[in-house]
Amino acid sequence: MIKKKLTMLGLAGLLALVTGTAAAGGHGLRVGVEGAYPPFSWKEADGSLKGFDIDLAMEVCKRLNRECVLVEQEWDGMIPALLAKKFDTIIASMSITEERKKKIDFTVKYYNTPAKLVAKKGAGFDDTAAGLKGKRLGVQRATTHQCSAEKLFPGAELVLYATQEEVWQDLSAGRLDAQLSDSLQAYEGFLALDAGSGFDFLGDAIDDVECQGVGAGFAVRKEDSALRDQLSQIILDIRADGTYKAMNDKYFAVDIYGN
Amino acid sequence: MADTERTFFEYLVYVSENHSPLDFMLVADHIDKFFYGALLTIEITVLALFIGGVMAIPLAIVRAYRHRWLNAPIFGFTYLFRGTPLLVQTYLVYYGLAQFNFVRESFLWDPVLSSPWWCALITFSLNTAAYTTEFLRGAIENTAKGEIEAARACGMSPARVMRRIVLPSAFRRALPAYSNEVIFMLHSSVVLSTITLQDILGVGRWLNGRYYLAYEGFITAMLFYMALVFLISKGFRVWEKHWLGHLRARTAVEN
Repeated sequence: MIKKKLTMLGLAGLLALVTGTAAAGGHGLRVGVEGAYPPFSWKEADGSLKGFDIDLAMEVCKRLNRECVLVEQEWDGMIPALLAKKFDTIIASMSITEERKKKIDFTVKYYNTPAKLVAKKGAGFDDTAAGLKGKRLGVQRATTHQCSAEKLFPGAELVLYATQEEVWQDLSAGRLDAQLSDSLQAYEGFLALDAGSGFDFLGDAIDDVECQGVGAGFAVRKEDSALRDQLSQIILDIRADGTYKAMNDKYFAVDIYGN
Repeated sequence: MADTERTFFEYLVYVSENHSPLDFMLVADHIDKFFYGALLTIEITVLALFIGGVMAIPLAIVRAYRHRWLNAPIFGFTYLFRGTPLLVQTYLVYYGLAQFNFVRESFLWDPVLSSPWWCALITFSLNTAAYTTEFLRGAIENTAKGEIEAARACGMSPARVMRRIVLPSAFRRALPAYSNEVIFMLHSSVVLSTITLQDILGVGRWLNGRYYLAYEGFITAMLFYMALVFLISKGFRVWEKHWLGHLRARTAVEN
């Protein structure tokens, strides 16, 4: 008899727990972040998330008056996870492109920096399709750079990585001839560090709006247009009232908002 | 005629993109990539199983007869590789070794250790060698004493007993366990996609990365793996029938 009662108690407790967390999810804004893309987002040794994207997410939640629940997600599962309602928005330097808009919706952009190739200093080839023919070109999987690399350098041997950090690792290990990524991330996350000392940008900014899109925005599900408009307005407010500049200057020497 | 065919094709693409739960036309468009992926999966799995299998035979004999000096290090090797996940082993070889300057400057770097293909083959071979060693050792240890005594009584040397009696019978008895190992190895080969190789799963992830369609890529990959496992188990059934035929229950033949 007592045993039965205890089981019932346990069940009730479990139920309370389940409903409790569900309720908390309803109030908080669940934000999908990556945590492997410094200085936009990275993970400290103690497990806490840091970076420009993270600061921005916190500021947005503050203005929405909702608690921020950061949900870490591997990059190539970002969009499926958003659609599966594992979180409500993606704040992870995701570029606004037509291909992605078939699946999800975006706010206005919150920054726009060009993509560039990086290779060893004095690599001996140039940034044309002919120059990269037969070269091992690394990109992070499911990025705008994968799209551009396939389109602009069809002769290159494309090497796909789960995170940008792995791309840098293999570039410095000598397994790649070049890589394509965001120029700002490339500078702050690699070229300015010791590991990147023998490397430099190769050629100019990639000119490919079809793949690269029109800057990075927050992503939401298509049916959440109210949230999208709310977030867009907050981005514009943050930009207008000087909060953006303060956050920008904490990480970057230049204004990353773009034109 | 050509016109109507074209429209029908365009109609298929339209239905596939907009009204089908799966964009099957997109998969059909890239199916060649999946076949290349399957080739890589099969290539590395088969080579690793072969190399690991060849390594396992002497190691299993040494383990079964508890060689005074060699038994302990081989046990250490199998314990290490069976006690840790293949993913961790592969990361250690691919990303771990690349971290050291002396490895990158060694003569092995350029042809072997800089290539994900070689890193995977080395790790997979050692991994399957460890598993195969242990169950082959079990099969050798379980050889019926009478068979060995009979062979000795016939005047066979210990080496000949091993070659003619113990190993053939141990291989037969280890066959069902080995079919599991082959299927596990195939399943484990998805690790390839984490070190930039375009195996079956790698192509599925590529499709997801390019078009943001998760189901299409992964379901196609799943079907490919299922087909391969089907072929493997079918093949082993034929092999078992052939090798273990003498153990089958016999039915009386009516005249």
